[in-house]
Amino acid sequence: MKTMLPARIKSLILAVTAAGLLAGCATSGNPKDPIEGFNRAMFAFNEGLDTAIVKPVATGYEAVLPSPVRTGVTNFFGNIADLLIGVNNLLQGKGADALSDLWRVAINSTIGILGTFDIASEFGLEKHNEDFGQTFGRWGVGSGAYVVLPVFGPRTARDTVGLVLDIAADPLTHLGASDGRDVLLVLRGVNDRANLLPADKVIEEAALDKYSYIRDGYLQRRRNLIHDGNAPREPEADAEQVERPVRADTDSVQPRAGAEAAAPEIPVLVARTEPAETK
Amino acid sequence: MKFVLAFFSGLLISSTVLAQEVAPDALVKTTTEEVLEIVRKDKDIQSGNTKKAIELVESKVLPNFNFTRMTQLAMARDWRQASPAQQKALTDEFRTLLVRTYAKALTEYKNQTVAYKPFTLKAGETDVRVRTEIRQSGAGKNVELDYWLEKSATGWKVYDIEVGGISIVTNYRESFASEVRNNGIDGLVKSLQSKNKSGETAPVKK
Repeated sequence: MKTMLPARIKSLILAVTAAGLLAGCATSGNPKDPIEGFNRAMFAFNEGLDTAIVKPVATGYEAVLPSPVRTGVTNFFGNIADLLIGVNNLLQGKGADALSDLWRVAINSTIGILGTFDIASEFGLEKHNEDFGQTFGRWGVGSGAYVVLPVFGPRTARDTVGLVLDIAADPLTHLGASDGRDVLLVLRGVNDRANLLPADKVIEEAALDKYSYIRDGYLQRRRNLIHDGNAPREPEADAEQVERPVRADTDSVQPRAGAEAAAPEIPVLVARTEPAETK
Repeated sequence: MKFVLAFFSGLLISSTVLAQEVAPDALVKTTTEEVLEIVRKDKDIQSGNTKKAIELVESKVLPNFNFTRMTQLAMARDWRQASPAQQKALTDEFRTLLVRTYAKALTEYKNQTVAYKPFTLKAGETDVRVRTEIRQSGAGKNVELDYWLEKSATGWKVYDIEVGGISIVTNYRESFASEVRNNGIDGLVKSLQSKNKSGETAPVKK
């Protein structure tokens, strides 16, 4: 997405990044978020960009296009995404899921008219959610530090590397400028943002501190996705809980059941940014 | 007279038995369908009338929740530090916040349907997860909505909800803990109070 940004916005992002890094010393000591100062600065920048440009465009888009058309757009890009979802399922050793993803692409690209109708779901071929970050998690790579990227938003160190691969492997990236690549990228971005509009209001209602609400939600969501919806429940750390050492990496799939507590008071001795050794 | 007495005691017994016998998945399903049925017919809620949605949540949903347990989970270790009075204040404010959030989510309802995943209650189980899924017709993207329930003397009570893998209760842990670290338990009660007040005075927007 960065490729379509004008040079002026790029330099603005660089400036904000630099400012954020300088402010990065301030942290509240959350072990999962060692560069909280930087992240908060970047979060504020992203919120500003969203309020000024992205959200108004997405709101207009939602108002102008009827719901079935927007669903068609979502399905069209979802169909392209299914290809890489299949590849990632294969990399994670989930052959049956990978096969189902490829069937989805085959069915939806043809009967589903270039993917605009998700016929495969009607046939019972469930849509999956995979990306390279999740694949690394499956392989046992720890999440590393939480980081808020300009424009792209919340990630972890591991998911940032995943994102680079996601973009490199994205079919849209390989279209030429003359193929309407930029139009497609913008359309996908706006459509994705429009799909999130209802969640905005609920988050505003729920969050005491929007920054940490989104951070903790992101971390929980990723942990759940890596476990394909079957993440073990986090220990409750309440009165009956016996204190025990806790690891920083909460979401790689290595068997350390029950050790995934998030109680911030427990001193954690593992450096956040290094990938977890697989034990 | 004897007959009337027998009739009433029979009623009493059967309703007590019923209260304990409703299975967790049945409880989730009945409540969900009952609430959605009302929302589908209520144009006010659909157009963003949060006050009406709150009344609906309070009458239909709230009795099936264990808010003390929810607050305890969100507070984690800090729960022990709180006095009984503080625990009550925290529970009251957290309940208000969760009810408002739930109500807000209901006003965003647009023709979705809920699918209930297969569920079997094993003998002796007292802590279960009931899985459901919100489906949008035509789009493949479904949102998982899971309920965690615990058996109590008065039937099964929900103590956590997970939306797409995000627990709406434990998602508060970090921000609660950092508020307590900086401003103490009373500081957290105050910040919850002001959050709830700001929600009340804000104009109802669509």
